Amino acid sequence: MATKQEAVNALLTLADEVLARLTAGGATEAKVVARSGQDLSVRVRLGEVELVEEAGTRSISVRAAKGKRIATASTSDLTSDGITRLVNDALELCDLAQEDPFAGLPDASALATGWDDLDLFDPACDGVDAAQAVERCKRAERAAMDYDKRITNSEGASFGRVSGSFAMVTSGGFRGGYAGSYASLSVSPVADDEGGKKRTSGYWTARRHLSKLDSDESVGREAARRTLRMLGAKKVATGSYPVVFERDVARSLLGHFAGCVVGDSIYRRSSYLIDRIGTRVASSLVTIVDDPLIPGGPGSRPFDGDGLASRRNVVVRDGMLELYLLDTYSARKLDSKSTASAAGMTGTGAGTSNFVLQAGATPADSIVKQTKRGLYVTQMMGFGFNAVTGDFSRGASGYWIEDGELAFPVSEVTISLNFDKLLQSIDLLGDDLDFKSSIASPTFRVAEMTVAGT
Amino acid sequence: MSSTVSLKAPFSAGGAFELDQERCRKLLEVALRKGGDAADVYAEFAVGGSMVLEEGIVKSASRGVSVGVGIRVRKGEAAGYAYTEDLSWDALVRAAETAAQIAQGADVAPVDVTRREIPSRYPVQTPSLLVSGLDKRELLLRADRAARAEDARITRVEASVAESYREVVVATSAGVYVRDVQPMLRFGVRVIAEQNGKRQAGSSGGGGRVGMEYFSRAGKSPEEHAKEAVRSALAMLDAREAPAGEMEVVLAPGDSGVLLHEAVGHGLEADFNRKGVSNYSGRVGKPVASELCTIVDDADIAFGRGAVNVDDEGNIPNKSVLIENGVLKGYMHDAHSAKHFGVEPTGNGRRESFRSVPLPRMTNTLLLAGSSDPEEIVRSVTRGIFARRFGGGQVDIASGDFVFSIAEAYLIEDGKITAPLKDVNLIGNGPEALSKVTMLGNDLQISDGIWTCGKDGQSVPVGVGCPTIKISGMTVGGTDVAKR
Repeated sequence: MATKQEAVNALLTLADEVLARLTAGGATEAKVVARSGQDLSVRVRLGEVELVEEAGTRSISVRAAKGKRIATASTSDLTSDGITRLVNDALELCDLAQEDPFAGLPDASALATGWDDLDLFDPACDGVDAAQAVERCKRAERAAMDYDKRITNSEGASFGRVSGSFAMVTSGGFRGGYAGSYASLSVSPVADDEGGKKRTSGYWTARRHLSKLDSDESVGREAARRTLRMLGAKKVATGSYPVVFERDVARSLLGHFAGCVVGDSIYRRSSYLIDRIGTRVASSLVTIVDDPLIPGGPGSRPFDGDGLASRRNVVVRDGMLELYLLDTYSARKLDSKSTASAAGMTGTGAGTSNFVLQAGATPADSIVKQTKRGLYVTQMMGFGFNAVTGDFSRGASGYWIEDGELAFPVSEVTISLNFDKLLQSIDLLGDDLDFKSSIASPTFRVAEMTVAGT
Repeated sequence: MSSTVSLKAPFSAGGAFELDQERCRKLLEVALRKGGDAADVYAEFAVGGSMVLEEGIVKSASRGVSVGVGIRVRKGEAAGYAYTEDLSWDALVRAAETAAQIAQGADVAPVDVTRREIPSRYPVQTPSLLVSGLDKRELLLRADRAARAEDARITRVEASVAESYREVVVATSAGVYVRDVQPMLRFGVRVIAEQNGKRQAGSSGGGGRVGMEYFSRAGKSPEEHAKEAVRSALAMLDAREAPAGEMEVVLAPGDSGVLLHEAVGHGLEADFNRKGVSNYSGRVGKPVASELCTIVDDADIAFGRGAVNVDDEGNIPNKSVLIENGVLKGYMHDAHSAKHFGVEPTGNGRRESFRSVPLPRMTNTLLLAGSSDPEEIVRSVTRGIFARRFGGGQVDIASGDFVFSIAEAYLIEDGKITAPLKDVNLIGNGPEALSKVTMLGNDLQISDGIWTCGKDGQSVPVGVGCPTIKISGMTVGGTDVAKR
């Protein structure tokens, strides 16, 4: 079996060939990305195997320009006919696009030429075979089922691993690639509640390195605990209360914010944060960093999608907005400089890497203790965020807090507040950061939000 | 400029990797060599294209080709699945052998597959991908001009057209061999209006399994979509804080069907019920909604976004009655759940692509019309919310709790629609909310094709539809507590 470096080299050679054909065909600039990967995913339910899925994948995507006319094309068909079609499609579509004066590759002087190994690939991931994956799922699910008699059913346990190699070359002189891996395990137990309702929650662990996953049993137990605590959930009366966001839902809020600081949203005037550099956008407890250079980080990458060397960007410092995350294109649109934040190697636009709200000083478990009365949110539902205005309203469930204790579970309520106010009224910030996904936040409390129930 | 798009699948007759009945039969034979109960082969060739306009120009055009074959073997409640993007015979046999590993037994007798005729629910004469790109570019430029001309407060216009052409072959160990061609077109306009420091977005879009004739339909020209997007953005410029708490809600016809999709539809997908994890599990024959409600899943909506001639397991879906006069009648099945429940598959086995296993999924989910005059429904409300445009929803299958977000809502005061309200979520519980349906309009509308449903990481296009609906109490997630 080829090593990962050999796989990367093979992709680089393939990408070189496609780039040469695009240039020969009349492209004045081009970028080619080639990738290959292998996946295994397994699901076990009630101790029995439900699904074993295995596949190898591969694709090429290109971005070509004739002058200032841009087209993109992609294919999973890597036969000679398939690649010919890809090249012809891209060249033909360039004629269809209209001239965009801001288009173009970055200056050659800005390109990354060497980079450190960010520890993104663990060969042990590929070593997990279907039988081992099934065993891990069985262990995790059994730990959930055995945790408490009230766990009566299960949506199953899943284990997945992906590993991939990737290569990018541009006519501007960039040439690079790397390999990565990611493994995850999740469990979703079910408990019976009153009135025919059932309750399910779940828990998951994910890492680039197999050995860094939480233990199978601990994932199962935590999933069971989270499911049981929702039994008997009810609505609460409508009112304004402090709201505590557990870190996994705090992460989701941070995701909304991420979408509002990327360059595309700014030049498209589709963010409530336009014209806000240097102003307060969050409470002074809040510092948010986008850092692609964290070794082994789920969102780490040595260079961005434009081929610029990755750098750490402090987006919000002590509540003040310091910068927008820009790729080469949005930087030109905004008359600014790229922050080396070009997103996904195939896509366009700016994006986040490891986008992290830095941990605070308050022990996470004391945040509830410090709250006299309010809502502790453990799950959110729906899509109620308007990036243009910052208006936020989503479904929520969790626990009611009474005198610093979790009193009873709550479901079927909504929580609402404009995002600008929401971030500015964070008054307690936890210390419980976890790096299982590329957007991460500790637990935090918002001083007051509208909770709508009965 | 001439178009050079070829829509010939490499596995079609005469293609480089033809997958005829004989070859599918051989693959199924390999797949069942370890003693599987059933197997299927799914070959897919998809070409997608898109163009996006912003700042007055079409900035980029794109096209993508995706081709591959997925092979599944079922044994009891378990499935083995493997797919390959390499269509060489060796690679296909390897995929069949990998999927076969789920079973550990003796060889199974070979099967025959015969070609099955399927209905023609989207007979598009010319797939849009074969139409000159310049014609499609002009649609975007027309939308841009119309939106800008409509009102000086419009500061940004984005328009997009996305199209796809999918050819599939499904062969199963039940002896079925089918081939279907599934076109899809989606057009959209999004604008931003600004005034006195306030900004709001508005959008409009549509499409379905249609060709370019879509734009000749009443109200569906690029100009009309642009005007609708402008209207919506301007209306929301004056939006005020929405009230919070439980109140009467009136839902506009058409896209409000998202509510059914979330409140009822997902919970009636049979995989959840096979596992006993849905709050609708074991409730067939019991009342789960107000008597006014009859809900169907109907794959046979001509040219509809959720329409399918045949599902991704070779079964032909028709109209399934899910709830009749408030009583739960049945679930939506794929082959697996149908076998489990001992019923005929309903043709709801759908998948995002050859990279995914099929699951029970909705097609077009409709709440049938009632008898009330829509205006009378609004007049009957003293204080409540009128929901006009929707942003999407989500459901917790186990508890039945669902949310859906409203992008354009108004206050109803003393039977009249009054002030526009800021973005708001509605939250409810499926059976509880449907038991509170107290009036249904006579104005059933089917959504114009914009909706995509996600489940287990797989996205499929769906349709929804409903008349004007009155729900006597739902929790409205506004911010304004005082004004209750």
